[in-house]
Amino acid sequence: MTEFRLYMAQRLSALVMAPFVLVHIGVMIYAIQGGLTAAEILGRTQGSVFWFAFYGLFVVAVSIHASIGLRTILGEWAGLRGGARDAVSALIGVGLFAMGATAVWAVTA
Amino acid sequence: MRVSRAHPLWLAYVLHRLSGLGLALFLPLHFWVLSYALNDAARLDAFLTLTDMPVVKAAEFGLVFLLAVHFFGGLRLLALEWLPWSAPQKTWAAAAVAGSFLVSTTFLLQAI
Amino acid sequence: MPGQDQGQDHLTVTVMRGGSDAPQRPEAFQVPAYDNQTVLDVVSWIQQNTDPTLTYRFACRVGMCGSCAMMVNGVPRWTCRTHVNKVLRDGALEVGPLRNLPVIKDLAADMDPFFDKWVAAEGRHHPTRSRDDDIAPIDPAGDDRQAASAGIECINCSICYSACDTVAGNPDYLGPAALQRAWTLFNDAKDDSRDAILDAVSGKGGCHSCHSMGSCTTYCPNDLDPLSAIAGLKRATVKRAFGGRK
Repeated sequence: MTEFRLYMAQRLSALVMAPFVLVHIGVMIYAIQGGLTAAEILGRTQGSVFWFAFYGLFVVAVSIHASIGLRTILGEWAGLRGGARDAVSALIGVGLFAMGATAVWAVTA
Repeated sequence: MRVSRAHPLWLAYVLHRLSGLGLALFLPLHFWVLSYALNDAARLDAFLTLTDMPVVKAAEFGLVFLLAVHFFGGLRLLALEWLPWSAPQKTWAAAAVAGSFLVSTTFLLQAI
Repeated sequence: MPGQDQGQDHLTVTVMRGGSDAPQRPEAFQVPAYDNQTVLDVVSWIQQNTDPTLTYRFACRVGMCGSCAMMVNGVPRWTCRTHVNKVLRDGALEVGPLRNLPVIKDLAADMDPFFDKWVAAEGRHHPTRSRDDDIAPIDPAGDDRQAASAGIECINCSICYSACDTVAGNPDYLGPAALQRAWTLFNDAKDDSRDAILDAVSGKGGCHSCHSMGSCTTYCPNDLDPLSAIAGLKRATVKRAFGGRK
């Protein structure tokens, strides 16, 4: 993928996440009032199409965003170059998506 | 020779990079803990009781701080790159966003 | 007065020596201190009075040629217009070759990568007319011309290139000066290859590698703003991707 496409994917995933992050911070402030319990979290999220779509899209965007960001850091700070860097960051992206999808499924299914 | 470069924009860059790195490293743990809800809600609860510990509370504060810093730093970058505004306009816009966020969050904290 | 040994009126100056065929090492010199002297004066004094083998580069001595840039106490500066008194740190002065470039010897950096990237960013004129045509009229107050004029006083000193940490971490990155040059040409009504310029700055190490840390704009001795020029290129490439024309 060209640098320009990666740049666009990075910026557009950021734009998609901007409202998600605000809602996420809001929910966190709301949810921790009086302590966290599994029942409380699951009561809010289980069976909800809205939260499934919300967290599902959030996970897709963050996997793209974080893997591109880490690719830059791997290049500039860890000296990784070329195909090795692309392969490692793609793996990170896929791994984050798999773990995130499992988590979303766990709390909303 | 030690390089000297601690000007505001450079510090903003380092803060954005380190907060992003921190969030990326935290995400797998976050997802892993939540996925326990799938078949072992009791184990998720065991994790969640950890959140009563002061040290975990401090770490949570750190994570929310990283998220907020990365969020506003990212908005700053998008404005800097994509909006052909003058420097003072950008400063005012950033101040306005930060100010309204502060006011609305304070309201939220009072309301709930 | 800071920077003087007691009663001796001398400065201690640490100079980085060595280069491609000898490892780099610091060497300390005692140099007479004066109220008014530039970093280039100090380096020249060492070369003329203490060690004639000290290698460095300069030409105009008035901030026009861009050849005397060096690292001074950790910051890249044009040494001919940098007063010693203004940059002393705890009374000490440390001078080294520009960062992010290979060292030829002592204080002379190899500028080849800097100029190669200038060319790689399409930093050359693509004419719209031949010598047989009339000269195109340009409105000096027009927006395009203003954007182009903002960046044309670059003296190719490589201070921005040396100040940039993205250059340090990414050997492909074209750097602030070359990208700013591309931006001035992109805005020049007399340049015929806007698409070629955007292609050149969209590849590996192009404008999208910039992280807007702004050391270029902070340290440019001519008060130019490569940071905003690179942001302009990013905007132009995004606009083009969405089908917009300039």
